[in-house]
Amino acid sequence: MKTNTKILTSEFEYLECPTLAEALNCLSKYNGKAKILAGGTDLLIKMKSGLLQCQYLIFVKKIEALNYLISDKKTLRIGPMINLRSIEKNEQVKAYYSALFEAVRSMAATSVKNMATIGGNLCNGSPAADTAPPLLVYGATLKLSSMRGDRIVPVEEFFLGPSQTVLESDELLTEICLPDLGDQVGSSFLKLGRVSADIAKINVAVCLNRNGKTVGNCRIAFGSVAPTPIRIPEAEEILKGQEMSDELIVKAAKAAAGLIKPITDKRSTNSYRQQVSKVILEEGIRSAWQRAGGEL
Amino acid sequence: MEKRLIKVTINGKLRELFVKSNDLLLNVLRNDLNLMGTKYGCGIGECGACTVLLDGQTVLACLILAVTVDGQEITTIEGMGDPVQLHPLQESFIEHGAVQCGFCTPGMLLAGEALLKENPNPSEEEIREYLRGNLCRCTGYAAIVKAIKSEAKSQSADPGTLSE
Repeated sequence: MKTNTKILTSEFEYLECPTLAEALNCLSKYNGKAKILAGGTDLLIKMKSGLLQCQYLIFVKKIEALNYLISDKKTLRIGPMINLRSIEKNEQVKAYYSALFEAVRSMAATSVKNMATIGGNLCNGSPAADTAPPLLVYGATLKLSSMRGDRIVPVEEFFLGPSQTVLESDELLTEICLPDLGDQVGSSFLKLGRVSADIAKINVAVCLNRNGKTVGNCRIAFGSVAPTPIRIPEAEEILKGQEMSDELIVKAAKAAAGLIKPITDKRSTNSYRQQVSKVILEEGIRSAWQRAGGEL
Repeated sequence: MEKRLIKVTINGKLRELFVKSNDLLLNVLRNDLNLMGTKYGCGIGECGACTVLLDGQTVLACLILAVTVDGQEITTIEGMGDPVQLHPLQESFIEHGAVQCGFCTPGMLLAGEALLKENPNPSEEEIREYLRGNLCRCTGYAAIVKAIKSEAKSQSADPGTLSE
């Protein structure tokens, strides 16, 4: 398909909402006819290429009340309008949320990260969204708000399929909350792309707690291997409560590779994804374990 | 489509512009303001040829609706230096032969300038990392990286900033 990316041909009414109340009001008023514009790095490309049309465009990036990153000692609350670069540069994220830091660091180029928001990355609903696996392994919850009220949805229940989420047409993602991760915790994120800063052929995040030599709680999540980012509970169970060893890591990674059913698309093939899933998960578990203070 | 009034400071000068809701910042700069230094390369955020500074941060003008920058500050390559008084980073690009066809150069210069503001003494790796979204199809990147590195050095060697 030939697309003119020099101009935006589609016509729409632009609604700028500097406050959350105005945004929710607009979403309710134009229910179903409006799209939400944040950083625009996904949305405008979709609009340019004709994949998406809308009658109204609601611009929410300037809602200051949704642009924050607050961490007390135990939890982290992220305003969805914060841009990816601000997350990458945050010292707390870098020090305590390695998987999220590594995910954001691996994404796109500087300018795109200055524009793109974490809320946009999630609500775009891509199976390859790099911020999704880290949030899955941290057990994050999302606050979805509308004029009808707020609801809290675990990230695990947020994604329904490519470009599909549980977000209703009058709802806006208003907070991402990461719970207390407990003690002796380590996390990691790895991805394979064709070049650096590429969209993932496959990505993986691991978060685990260490009790001496055994694995405590453990979560594993892959992106780009299913219609949504997914956790692999069966592989998590193999690690939980066991004494950490190379053999255990290999066993868990092998099991995970057997459980995923990736597709073949323009970015990669099914069999390549399946084979490398094992390799990057092994690496991911090792690095999370070492960050939790464990030895191998 | 109805036009909206936006007030934007472009290269230090406050401008009042009427734009349509689907006008891209890139085209407003080029067509309405005749600021041709900002280039259209890919239109999908891959190449960095349309890099401008929005409140001092590098962004891509091909993926920004002009209406959304109301009240903000934009710097294009035309605001970086002028033919009589080139910006020191521009001088450095010339000195190191970091310009060939010139198409990527405005973006490279603005990104380089933003990097040096943020990190006055970047390593080669940091320069390459920061500029990874600015593609050059002719010089290769060695001379560009050298030019930025050399400018960083000369800034840090500036007598005004030397400690006693």
